[in-house]
Amino acid sequence: MTEIVALEALAARVAPGQSLAIPVDGSGVAMAATAALLETGIRDLKLICVPISGLQADLLIGAGSVASLETSAVSLGEAGGAPRFTAGVKSGAFAMRDSTCPAIFAGLLAAQKGVPFMPIAGIIGSDLLNVRPDWQVIDSPVGEARKVVVVPAISPDVALFHAPEADRAGNVRIGRHRELADLAYASKRTLVTVERIVDRNLLDSEDSAAGVLPSLYVDAIAVAERGAWPLALWDEYPADEAEIARYAAMARSEDGFRAYLSAFLTHRKQVA
Amino acid sequence: MSAERERREILIATIADLLEGIRHVAVGASSPIPAAGAMLLRARSELGGRPPVRISILGSQAHNFFTNGGIELFDCAAQGRVDAFFLGGGQIDGHGNINLVGTGDYPTGSVRWPGSFGSAYLYHLIPRVILFREEHSPRVFVPKVDFVSARAMTPEVPRRGGPHALLTNMALFDFDREAGGFALRSVHPPFTPADIRENTGFAYQEPEVVRETRRPDAATLALLRGRVFDELAETYPAFARTMKWAA
Repeated sequence: MTEIVALEALAARVAPGQSLAIPVDGSGVAMAATAALLETGIRDLKLICVPISGLQADLLIGAGSVASLETSAVSLGEAGGAPRFTAGVKSGAFAMRDSTCPAIFAGLLAAQKGVPFMPIAGIIGSDLLNVRPDWQVIDSPVGEARKVVVVPAISPDVALFHAPEADRAGNVRIGRHRELADLAYASKRTLVTVERIVDRNLLDSEDSAAGVLPSLYVDAIAVAERGAWPLALWDEYPADEAEIARYAAMARSEDGFRAYLSAFLTHRKQVA
Repeated sequence: MSAERERREILIATIADLLEGIRHVAVGASSPIPAAGAMLLRARSELGGRPPVRISILGSQAHNFFTNGGIELFDCAAQGRVDAFFLGGGQIDGHGNINLVGTGDYPTGSVRWPGSFGSAYLYHLIPRVILFREEHSPRVFVPKVDFVSARAMTPEVPRRGGPHALLTNMALFDFDREAGGFALRSVHPPFTPADIRENTGFAYQEPEVVRETRRPDAATLALLRGRVFDELAETYPAFARTMKWAA
């Protein structure tokens, strides 16, 4: 059964050394839970961005919580490059596993289907194949005779995301953001924060059920109002561009980052 | 500001011309000029009674019909349902290879960029990839990229996708898949072919007479400054505001 817990209790379910999968900005990024996770002093995370990240990954990297990073990109979008990511790659602060967006989806799909790898089109000729020895080019064993890339299954220990609402049974409304379902299917555990818990059953009508991730895939839920702030949550609030720009400027230096992080954690505590 | 607006308007109109004839164009994140070009093409096709153009702008709700999550663009491209797309690069070389990762020795090299995004895959699968990079300088257009995020030509595997053209602040190049390199098509005023030679670090074909890139006509400008920038405001409010305001 899906448990409904406090935000701190939800964050405490992520243990050092685990692989943690997070979605792209705008899809439903659990920023309040990230603050709670940073409060626990989490270390050694194997972070997997599905398929890219921005502020969330940069905060975790800057705080020294990340041992390895698998992603297709980290960027603050209109606010520019992600400063702690850039500095961390150059100083070798974590093991970098460069990927390409559909390879991350293919890895998750393999885990979803319970198979060890997934073939994927394209990629041949890219230097990614040189820096990802776990990716292989094989002769297709069936069908048309040709080379094809295979990537290993990605089965994260924990998936963490934010959504507008869940019902009391733990069904979560994800709308058209099916990547959140892909994350949950592939992960051993899924933790979700929501703006609110609703009394109606989200599986009651065909209209509503189509955009719902059933509670079967959801281990725990916590309420976190404005839980994606300063990032956007679809149909709820836009990104706080000024705040993200402020972060981009401050995080250019280590000291500036520390000051931002401290204020960010204090702000989240006040909201809670 | 008006020079800056004109520069952008030439780029947007050129993109719409490069997309002529396609059925579906996708536009990645943080790409207001390509998005505006796609919207201009759609508006123009509609007014001209030509077949409708579908556009998928990542990050937009109003101009994006995908319902199957982040994977759908990639599946759609694999099925041959995406005709055109845009890629950039911190470095682009004369063979059309692009680098979105960084310079120097991987991974801790001298400059690190965000990462390869979907390029390694989409370059193989989308027939008309337009390379769009505003900065036209020898540090961007290099003889050989330091890291190949996505390779333009791979004779060892069948592919339908690859570079179609390269558009910069200064010029428009065609990509010749037979020759495996770029050919200068036109230069945006006020630049000259000599400026292009000076600022391009790779070898390319240059015709004897180099044309000027066509400026958008009055009808195109009216469409752009009206409907297109209004549509663009949903995804790129700041960019659309600047362009409307300048107009």
